[in-house]
Amino acid sequence: MTAVLGMEWTKLRSVRSTYWTLLFAIAATIGISALICSLYINRYAQLSPADRFEFNATRFSLNGLELAQLAIGVLGALVITNEYSTGVIRATLSAVPQRPSVLAAKALVFGAVILVVGEAASFAAFFLGQSILSSRHIEAHLGDPGVLRAVIGGGLYLTVLGLFALGIGTMIRHTAGAIATLFGLLLVLPGIVAALPLSWQNAIEKWLPANAGQAIFRNGHGGFAGIHQLSPWAGLGIFCAYAAASLILGGVLLVRRDA
Amino acid sequence: MVKRYGPTLAVDGLTFDVQPGQVTGFLGPNGSGKSTTLRVVLGLDAPTAGSVAVNGSPYRSHHLPLREVGALLEAKAIHPGRSAYNHLLFLARSNRIPRRRVDEVLEIVGLTDVAGKRAGTFSLGMGQRLGIAAALLGDPGILLFDEPVNGLDPEGILWVRNLMRSLAAEGRTVFVSSHLMSEMSLTADHLIVIGRGKLIADTSVSDFVTGKGQVRSRVRVPDPARLTTLVTERGASVATDHDGALLVSGLLAADIGELAAANQLVLHELTPVQASLEEVFMELTRDSVDFHAGTAR
Repeated sequence: MTAVLGMEWTKLRSVRSTYWTLLFAIAATIGISALICSLYINRYAQLSPADRFEFNATRFSLNGLELAQLAIGVLGALVITNEYSTGVIRATLSAVPQRPSVLAAKALVFGAVILVVGEAASFAAFFLGQSILSSRHIEAHLGDPGVLRAVIGGGLYLTVLGLFALGIGTMIRHTAGAIATLFGLLLVLPGIVAALPLSWQNAIEKWLPANAGQAIFRNGHGGFAGIHQLSPWAGLGIFCAYAAASLILGGVLLVRRDA
Repeated sequence: MVKRYGPTLAVDGLTFDVQPGQVTGFLGPNGSGKSTTLRVVLGLDAPTAGSVAVNGSPYRSHHLPLREVGALLEAKAIHPGRSAYNHLLFLARSNRIPRRRVDEVLEIVGLTDVAGKRAGTFSLGMGQRLGIAAALLGDPGILLFDEPVNGLDPEGILWVRNLMRSLAAEGRTVFVSSHLMSEMSLTADHLIVIGRGKLIADTSVSDFVTGKGQVRSRVRVPDPARLTTLVTERGASVATDHDGALLVSGLLAADIGELAAANQLVLHELTPVQASLEEVFMELTRDSVDFHAGTAR
């Protein structure tokens, strides 16, 4: 298995798209945080007390994750769909005919990379955001209730999202189709559900992949976690289940289908 | 072995063995099932029925298979943004092949100077060389090459030919698919010929050309009609060559001579004609070519 991990690590680090997408994800997470926090500080004097009450310093500094998830999702799908579009998959599976090992190694290597990058970006965005907010003394601290969980959760969210994308990529095998499916589930599905009657919405919404997964850095103390939201860890658990299901289904199809 | 893709029967009951120490050519027209067969051998596609054993067991059960089997499937199955070196490096790492072997195979195929360049900039010929390097990486006893000379210049073709011969001379099993008869007649010792997924011939190159009732003789006689009657009575068939000479097939030249002597016929010429590999191939696969060029009427 270490040999297979070595193979996947070599593949991941030897193409430029990896660096560009990761760089974009980091820049988006940190840049959006700095931008949103600065804009808020500039407007702060004009805000009503009600607006100020709703303000959540942690959430504000993690808003860039919304943009970063696009890059991570694309990269997660590309990790495998690239191999199909170039024909490299046949070299890979000739070298390692134990197909579940190939997918497991991809998930481990890619997951580990995103975890490191995601946590680094999440913490950097948090600290930069708070340092900007501290000019009005409205910043949050890691020691405040739920804050450390949310910041760590930002990196975890990106990691699980990347694995979800990898599973979908394995199932669909085409870059465009995989990315469309992923963002359909993450971004479009909530919009469709929002068109349903309110009682249905309330029942379904919290179980959708994006809503469940983002609970870890949005909900709980300080955020306006509605009663129709999952608790942070339960939400992340559901998101993990989506990722696991996509990887298992992808793995089964990978074993069964001709390469 | 049988392989079906939906309603298309790509390989239909194909059975053969490939021996070490010689180059075995795998011949067939386009679409005859050569590449499908190779993909099944490598465990990439699962056979619909039957099985393929590599060194006695299915490919998918092999650990570190690159050390046993090296394959060139399609040219340029490389990520365009990855360097040749890194392409070989990831394959090497997957099978615990030392890093220095990557440099060795790059040297063998002559890509050392461009090893760090992105493979997207490679020509088709360079892509073939990289594919061959990947096949050689694990120093395997079995080598499979699918159309290895495609896209190569004459110098490259000569190089591949010599490479395959020397690999076979080292006692390796070398299995080369091609639709080019002429190429095979220069390289292969043994031939597996298929058409529409079925085995047509499994024979040595020399037997392939001389066998199969393909013996023909060119005969010039003052009285062609008389000789034609005599040889057709013995089961031979007669055609006329461009200069009016007779082309007798199905009867050895010696038999024709004896027949003429017994009937007191004068012969002006009696020449055994060896069919080229190309002709035999065309003859054999005529019925099994999927796509004929349209004929003008």
